[in-house]
Parts: sequence; C-alpha cells; structure tokens
Amino acid sequence: MLVLNNIEVIYSNVILVLKGVSFEVRDGQISSLLGANGAGKTTTLKAISGLLKSELGEVSDGNIEWDGKRIDRMGPDGVVKMGIAQVMEGRRVFQHLTMEENLKVGAHLRKDSMNVKKDLDMVYDLFPKLKELHNRISGYLSGGEQQMMVLGRALMAKPKLVLLDEPSLGLAPIIVTEIFSAVKKINVEEKTSFLIVEQNARAALRVAGFGYVMDNGRIVLYGESEKLVDNEDIREFYMGLGDLGQRKSYREVKHYKRRKRWLG
Amino acid sequence: MDTFLQLVVTGLAVGATYGLIALGFVLIYKASGVLNLAQGELMMFGAYICFVFSVQANIPFYAAVALTLPVALLIGAVIERFFLRYMIGQPLISVIMMTIGLMILMRGIATWIWGTEPKVYPQVFPQESMSIGSVNISYEYLWAAGLSIFFVLIYIIFFRFTKSGLVMRATSDDEHAALSIGISIKKVLSQSWAIAALTAAVGGIIIGALVGLDTTSFPQYGLKVLPVVLLGGLDSIPGAIIGGILIGLTENLVPEYLGFLGGGMEELAPYILVLIVLIVRPHGLFGLKRIERI
Repeated sequence: MLVLNNIEVIYSNVILVLKGVSFEVRDGQISSLLGANGAGKTTTLKAISGLLKSELGEVSDGNIEWDGKRIDRMGPDGVVKMGIAQVMEGRRVFQHLTMEENLKVGAHLRKDSMNVKKDLDMVYDLFPKLKELHNRISGYLSGGEQQMMVLGRALMAKPKLVLLDEPSLGLAPIIVTEIFSAVKKINVEEKTSFLIVEQNARAALRVAGFGYVMDNGRIVLYGESEKLVDNEDIREFYMGLGDLGQRKSYREVKHYKRRKRWLG
Repeated sequence: MDTFLQLVVTGLAVGATYGLIALGFVLIYKASGVLNLAQGELMMFGAYICFVFSVQANIPFYAAVALTLPVALLIGAVIERFFLRYMIGQPLISVIMMTIGLMILMRGIATWIWGTEPKVYPQVFPQESMSIGSVNISYEYLWAAGLSIFFVLIYIIFFRFTKSGLVMRATSDDEHAALSIGISIKKVLSQSWAIAALTAAVGGIIIGALVGLDTTSFPQYGLKVLPVVLLGGLDSIPGAIIGGILIGLTENLVPEYLGFLGGGMEELAPYILVLIVLIVRPHGLFGLKRIERI
C-alpha cells in the first residue's frame, strides 16, 4: 500500500507546489488523480517516484510510505527497485531503440531472465499490434503505439504499482479506450495497482475504483468513482455536463456564476 | 599502380588506428551526449602508465599493457566521479568547458610527473616489414589495425547484445525516461568514462609504440582524430572506424596525387573532406538522426 502523509513539495527552494497532500493507493486498486492544469498532479507522481530530485524539487514536509517503508528520500532507481514504475507524461520513448529493445530495457533491473521472456509475451498479448512492430525504430511509431509501448515498458519491470501520467494525452478516443481496458486487464490478472493522473476525468473514473481531485496543490475532493461521477462539481468542471446530465450549453449566459465549492 | 596500392594499405592501417582513438569519443558521446575534448590526454595517460610499468618497473611489455588496462579503467571512473558527476543536468556547454579544463589539468599533471623530454617504449613490434606482392606493410601498422578492428567488434557486440549496452543507449536517448525506469545515470556515466579511458589507453599505447611519447605533441592526436569522429557520426561505432579509414586514406593519397596544390595538403585534406560530408549529411556518415514527428 502506498500512503502519502501530508506532503509538501517545494521547487528551487521557493515555489510551494504541493501544500499538504495526503492519500493512499491500496494494493490491487486503481485510483485516479484528477484536476486541471497546474493542480500538482504530475508533481505528486514525481514526488512518489523520486524524479523530483532531478528537477530541483524536494519533498520538504510529510512523508511517503510504501508497504511501511519511507521512500521519499530515495532516488528513482531505488523506488523502481521497490516495485513502483512510472510512465511519464508525453510518451518518453527511447526513440533510436527498436520497439522490442524499449520493452527489454524496462526489465533491466530484473535478474530472472526466464520470466522476462514470459512477460514480453504477456505485453504482446496485451497489445497484439506491438508484436508486429517489434523490429521498428520506436521514434517512428504512431502516438498510440508509443503509448502502448511505454506502458508495456513499465510493466516489464514487474511492478506492484504503476504511476500512469496522462495516458490519454493527444490520442484518439478509440486508442484511449484500448489503453484503459489494458490497464483494467493487468489490474485484474496481475493484481497490479495503478495510480492514474488524468485530465480526461470520464475515461479515468470508468476504470478507477477510487478518485482524488486536486486543485491548487491540495486534495479537495475524494471518494469512490461512482460517487464522484454523480458529484455536481465534478460533472460541471471536469466533464462539461450540466445539472441534468446533458452536455453543457455555453449559450447560457450565466454558467460562469457557478463557482467551485471548495477553496483551493 | 604499386605506389597507389602501397599508399592504400598504409592509409587503411593508419586509419584503423584513428578509428580506435575515435571510439573513445564515441563511447562517451553515446552514453551522455558529451564531446570529451580531453580524450587525447586520456590517451597520453594510458601511454605513460604503460611506460612506467614496462620501462621504469621493467615488466615485460605485454604484461605491462595488461596492468595498464585496469589502471585506465580506474582513472576514467575517478575523473567521472570527481568532475563530471557534478555536471549532471548542467548545460552542455558547461560540460564541454569542463572537459577543456580537464585537458589542461591532465597535461599539466603529465608534465609534472614525467617531464618534457620524449620517452620511448622498448622495441615492441618487429622492425622489418611484411611484403605481400609488391606492397610492404610494417608489423607495427598491422598490429595497430588488427587491435582496432578487434576493439570495434567488441564494442558493437557490447552495445547491441548486452544489457549494459542497451541501458547506455537508452540513457543517451532520454535521460529522464531512463531515470523513470530505474536506470542509475551515475552508474552509466561512470561505466562509459571507464570504458572510454580504457580505449584511449589502448590507442595511446599503440601510438606510443609507433611514434614515441612526449607531453606536448602527443595529446594532439586526440584533436587530430576529431575530424574522424565528425565524419563517421558522433554516435556511431562503425562510423568511427570507417571515418578513420577514410581520413587515413585521404591523408596518404592526397599528397601523392594532389601534391601539386602545395605542401601540407595531408593536414588540410581531412578537414576539407569533413566539411563536404557535413554539408551533405549534418550528422556525419552514420550518425543517428534526431527523429522528429510532426
């Protein structure tokens, strides 16, 4: 189980980005972290994975625990060894490596090379398209193929928890559906937990059991996904739906009068 | 015709040696995207350490070479640990300035320890040369070429088929993504500097055996090889060796056939060749293109 206790993150010693964030991701659960641009979602993921340190950020208060051990002081390689893999935003592929090399390098920390082969087949089963492309230079693949590949690359490390940052970014809706159903499948079959950061609240809440909403560096709302989907604020601000569930009409003059009920 | 063949054979042999030295540049560039201008100084250190073992400690030459290799690995790792480690994430130009600083520092240290007067290895390769038909080739160059090709093959296998090689290539593609899958950048950098220093030492010993040692002109070989690296492509191992051979051939053939243009053409010709290639192929003959999707 991953637990964040009241963490604060400061960039360059001056910019306070997270102002006391607490939440947990239980084993085997898919949780989603929603919110607008600049709410602090990606920073939260980087605080967990240890990538903050390479960007002059630090967890200045609070702590992060994974299965009872503190991980907020660890470097990213230590965190990956503990079983937490991050899929960064924007499909960071190793562009001059082939598809298969990209997947294999994901397993570089593992010693059990027999099982690595099995997991490679598991990823190919999950995304059959990748198998046909295994010899292609990954920089030339399409956005959807790259997103599947980086998700596969993270899975090759056999993680217990995957931090998935904006998997839907810039992709066609049909690809987004495919990726989220793969996430669901892995979650059910391998018992892998996921923490998904998304702007596409609708897609995220469909697969996630639990959701947290961030605004301005704080968690402002949380609950089970079914409840969040029905929440008026969520519908209004993150799904673009009006009171009655229809698509919001921006012709209504007064729509801006409604304000977020929380104070960020 | 005989002259031509002779020049081609010499060009090939010299070129292979250039290729080996160029490999040192390529290794560091491939792992960290940094052009190490102190490569010539690394070569010099390797050559001098071998001199210490073989002449001052009076150890047989091949044993001395074998002893030099681990020392060279260590020197590379130490340089990374105490200098380059602090440059992770800094702008590229600062890192390159750092390598220039290293270059001057190492030259100073070498002069301080070993003085300025030239040194020579004991006779390593047989003096006479081998003849195939009408072409003569000295054993020195034959050895140099053989060793270079051997090392290139090792490196190609290393980068293509081993896990560490794959990890290094991944790191040079995207450092942040490498961090995110748990690659330790420090370890990769340290390994690549160690291996580059080892390669430089081998190159240095070969050059030392061919022309002798001194602290002023010797390091120039590092910079002399720069056109080789640019020609082949900064991140291509086969590129280094092919670039080396092309430059070796140019240096040997041009003075003979274009000598009427004036003296010193062998110095100038490689650079002209590089200029032309870079205009047509900005990443060198075999360098990786930056992939841009629109």
